[in-house]
Amino acid sequence: MVIRFLALLLLCQLAGESITLRLGLPVPGPVIGMVILFAGLMIKRGVPAALGQVSNSLLQHLSLLFVPAGVGVMLHAGKLADQWLAVVVALVVSAVATMAVTALVMSRLGRGTEAKP
Amino acid sequence: MSSGLRDIWVYLSASPLLHLTLTLLAYVLGDWLYERSGRLPLFNPVLIAVLVLVALLSITGTDYATYFEGAQFVHFLLGPATVALAVPLYRQFDKVRHSALALGVSLAAGSLTAMLTAVAVAAALGADRDTLISLAPKSVTAPVAMGITEKLGGLPSLTAVLVIMTGVLGAVLGSWIFSLLRIKDPRAQGFALGVTSHGIGTARALQLGELAGAFSALAMGLNALATALLLPLLYRLVS
Repeated sequence: MVIRFLALLLLCQLAGESITLRLGLPVPGPVIGMVILFAGLMIKRGVPAALGQVSNSLLQHLSLLFVPAGVGVMLHAGKLADQWLAVVVALVVSAVATMAVTALVMSRLGRGTEAKP
Repeated sequence: MSSGLRDIWVYLSASPLLHLTLTLLAYVLGDWLYERSGRLPLFNPVLIAVLVLVALLSITGTDYATYFEGAQFVHFLLGPATVALAVPLYRQFDKVRHSALALGVSLAAGSLTAMLTAVAVAAALGADRDTLISLAPKSVTAPVAMGITEKLGGLPSLTAVLVIMTGVLGAVLGSWIFSLLRIKDPRAQGFALGVTSHGIGTARALQLGELAGAFSALAMGLNALATALLLPLLYRLVS
C-alpha cells in the first residue's frame, strides 16, 4: 500500500505546517513533519516495507527537486551581474570553510564513539 | 517556424506540461552526463539541469513565472521528501545517538562558520546590504532560509538561488575536501555535507551510503534550527 504511506508523508507535513504556523516557530513545516514521522517510527519500532519504498523513491532523486528553485537564478541576473565576484568568492570560501571545520571537529570528537556492531 | 508549428508552440507553452517535462528532461540529461563522466562532481546533475533550463528559457523568451507553473509540481515534492528523511534517520539512529556530544559541538562550529565567513567575505568585497542579508542563511534548506531572510528584510528569492548554489558547491567540493583533510569517517562526511549544503549535500551523502545520508539529514534539520535561532541574534548584535 504505497498510496497509504504517501498520504502519511503528506499528513506529517500538514501537521508540521500547522504546528509551525500556530506556534510561530522559525522552523519550516516539513522539518517538524520529519520529527513527527521519526517519533512515529520510534513508537512503532520499525519501518513498514511500503514506507521504505515510498521514501526511497522520493530520496533517490532528491536533487531533482531543487532544480525549479535553482532556475530562479534568472530573476536575479542583474543583481548578480553587479556583485558576482563578491557573491561567488563568498560562497566558495564559506562552503570550503564550513565543510572543513564541521568535518574536522566531528571526526576529532567522534573518534571512539562508533556504535558497537 | 511555420504557422502550424507556431500554433503548437503557443498552445504547449501555455500549459504546465511543457515546463514540467523540460525540467525532468534537463535533469535526466544532467544525470546521464554525470554518470558518463564517471561521477565527476563538477558534472553535478542540478547544476547541468539549471544551466540547460536557463539557456532554454532565455532563448525562447519565457519568464520564470511561466516556467514555474509547470515546475511547481516537482518543487512541491520537496516537502514530502523532507518528511521522508525520517526513514534513513530512524534506520541509523543507534549510530547517531552514540555521537550526540560530537554532533552538538560540530553543529555549533559549522553553523557559525557558514554564516560568518559568507557575510565577512562578501562585505569585504563590497556586496550591498540586501545581498549580505540574503547570503547569511545560504547553508540552510531553502524554505527555512527564505523565511529567515524575509524576517530580516532581505530578498527571499535571491536567498533561494544562493542556497542552491551553496548546495551544488558543497556537493561538488565535498569529496575533494575530505580526501585533502583525510577524513574517512562517513559520519563526519555526512554531517559536514548536511551542515554546509542542506538537501543537495544530503542527496550527495546518500550516494556515499545510508550512514552518511542519515547524518546529513540530521545535520540539515539541526542547522535549519540553529541558524533560525542564531542569525536574528547575530543580526541584532551587528546592526
